[in-house]
Amino acid sequence: MIITENLTKKFAENIAVNRLTLEVKKGEVFGFLGPNGAGKTTTVRLLTCLISPTSGNAYVNGLNIKTQAHQIRQNVGILTETPGLYENLSAARNLEIFAQLYEVKDVKGQIERYLRMLGIWDQREDPAATFSKGMKQKLALARALIHEPKIVFLDEPTSALDPEAAHLVREFITELRQEGRTIFLCTHNLDEADRLCNRIALFKSQLLTTDTPANLRETLFGRKVVVHLREVTPNLVQSLQTMAEIKNIKIVDNKLVITLDNPEKTNPIVIRTLVNLGADIQFVGELRHSLEDVYMQLMNQHSST
Amino acid sequence: MNKILIIIRKEWSEVFLNRMVLMTVIFMPLLFSALPLIILFSTRNTGSADYTSDMPAQFAQICPEGLSGGECFQVYMVNQFMILFMMLPLIIPVNIAAYSIVGEKTQRSLEPLLASPITTAELLIGKNLAAVIPAVLATWVGFLIYAIGVRILTSNPLVVGALLDSMWLLAIFIAGPLMAVLSVNFSLMVSSRVNDPRVAEQLSTVVIVPLLALFFGQIAGLIFVNKTIILIMIAVLLILDAGAVYLCIQFFQRETILTRWK
Ligand SMILES: Nc1ncnc2c1ncn2[C@@H]1O[C@H](COP(=O)(O)OP(=O)(O)OP(=O)(O)O)[C@@H](O)[C@H]1O
Ligand SMILES: [Mg+2]
Repeated sequence: MIITENLTKKFAENIAVNRLTLEVKKGEVFGFLGPNGAGKTTTVRLLTCLISPTSGNAYVNGLNIKTQAHQIRQNVGILTETPGLYENLSAARNLEIFAQLYEVKDVKGQIERYLRMLGIWDQREDPAATFSKGMKQKLALARALIHEPKIVFLDEPTSALDPEAAHLVREFITELRQEGRTIFLCTHNLDEADRLCNRIALFKSQLLTTDTPANLRETLFGRKVVVHLREVTPNLVQSLQTMAEIKNIKIVDNKLVITLDNPEKTNPIVIRTLVNLGADIQFVGELRHSLEDVYMQLMNQHSST
Repeated sequence: MNKILIIIRKEWSEVFLNRMVLMTVIFMPLLFSALPLIILFSTRNTGSADYTSDMPAQFAQICPEGLSGGECFQVYMVNQFMILFMMLPLIIPVNIAAYSIVGEKTQRSLEPLLASPITTAELLIGKNLAAVIPAVLATWVGFLIYAIGVRILTSNPLVVGALLDSMWLLAIFIAGPLMAVLSVNFSLMVSSRVNDPRVAEQLSTVVIVPLLALFFGQIAGLIFVNKTIILIMIAVLLILDAGAVYLCIQFFQRETILTRWK
C-alpha cells in the first residue's frame, strides 16, 4: 500500500529524512516511532504530497507521489499533528467543508455517522473552540475519515490527551484496523505502538529497524525466564552454569534470570534440574522486555555509532 | 460542488463571524457615503457664495455650463469625495484577506486543507474572490446610496450628472474591482509574513497611499482628476494586478505555506 524508495528530504543543510526505504502492507497498522525531530511529520507530509522529496520516491496505493499527487490526496486521510480546526465554526460545519472538498456523496449521512461513532453528535452545532482537546482530536479524526480513505496517516493521535481520551482514540484505531484500513501511525508512545501495531519502524532521520514488536524484543534481548526461589545458594548456580542449554544466568535478590535459546523445550529440563537439586521454586515466568527497553537500546546503539 | 465555491463559502462563514470584518463591510460604505452627503447638505443653500475661491482654478473653468458658482462648488465637492470613496475597494478586502490568512495560520488549519484534493490555484482564487466580491458589492451599494443622496440633496440634476459621468462610472465599475484585486493579493502576501491580523491590516493599508496622494494633490491644485487620469489609473492597475497575482501564486505553494510561513 505504501512503498518508499530512498525517500530523502533536506531542509537547507538539515537532512530530516535520509534514504528511507520501507513497505507498508495492506490492512496493517504500521507504527512509525522516533524521538522528537526524528522526521516523522516530515515523512507523513512527503507521503501525503504536502511537500516534495529532495530525492528518492514513494508510492501510495500504487500512485507516484511525484506525479500523481492529486489522486493520492483523494485517496488518503490525514490526521495532522495539530487538529487545525476552524475554531469558530460548528463541528458539523467543519466536517461539511471537508466532505465537500473530498466530494463525498452523502455529506449529511457521513457527518452523522462519524459524529455519532465518536460520541460528539450532541455537540454538532457547538463551535469547535468550545471543545476539549480530546473532543477536538475526535473531530479531527472524523475529518480525516469522512471520505472513507483506505489509507490513513495518523500523526501522534494520542499525544496531548489524558489517559481516558487516549484510550478512546486507541479503541477507535483498533476499529479502523478491523475495517481493513491501512494505518500509518506516528507515535512516541511505545505502549500504544506495542498494543496497536502489526509492525513497527524505529526511525531517527533514517530507518533503524522494522519488525513486529515481539520479534524486536527477541532479537535484541533473547528470551528470558525468571525463577523465584526461596533461597539462592551458590551450589545451585554452579550446577546450572554447567548446563549447555543455558546461555546466561543473572542473580537478582532471590531470583534467577536465565537466558535460553528455546525456552519451550529447555525450560522443563532446567526446572527439573532445579527441583532435583532441592531448590524451593516459588514462581516461574517469562521476562518480557517492554518496547521501551527495545527503543532505548536501539536509540543508544544508534547514537554510539 | 465547485471547489472554488466551497472555499468562498467557507471563507464567508468564517470571516463574517468577525465583528471587525463585518463592521468594515457594512459600515465603511455607509460612512463613506453619509459623510459627504452631510457636508453637501450643510452647504446646499450657499447659492452663489464665494466658495469658488476654495477650489482649484482649473475646476472652475471646466465646471459644466449652466451651474451657479455654488452648484459648481457642489460638483467639485462631489468629485473630491469620490476620490476618497475609491478607498473602499482598497480597504475592505484588506480586512477580509488579513483575517482569512492569519486566521488559518493561527488555527493551523492550512495543513488539513492543503492535504485535501484541492489545487493551490482553486484555493487562491477562492480566497481572492471571497474578499473581492464583498468589497466590490459594498462599494457599488455605497455608490448607489451616494448618488441617490446627491440627487435628493441638490436641486440641479447636473450635479448628480457629474457623478454619473463616464469618468466615475469607469472608476467605480472597472478601477474599483481592479483595486480590490490588487489589495487582496497584497494583503495575502503581507499576511503570510505576520501573525497578527491587525498588523497585517495596517501594513496592507499602504495600498491607499497613492489614492490619498491623488486626493491631496487635487486639493492643492497640483493634479486634476479627469477621465485621462482614470484611464491611466486603470492601465497601471492592470499591470500591478498582474504582478501581484503572479507574486501571490509564487507564494501560494503547498510546500512554501507549510515550511516557510511562520
Ligand atoms: N520547515 C522546516 N524547515 C527547516 N527544518 C525543518 C522544517 N520542518 C522540519 N524541519 C526539521 O526536520 C527535522 C524533522 O522534523 P519533524 O517535524 O519531521 O520531526 P518529528 O519526528 O515529527 O518530531 P516531533 O516528534 O517533535 O513531532 C527536525 O530537525 C526539524 O527541525
Ligand atoms: Mg511531528
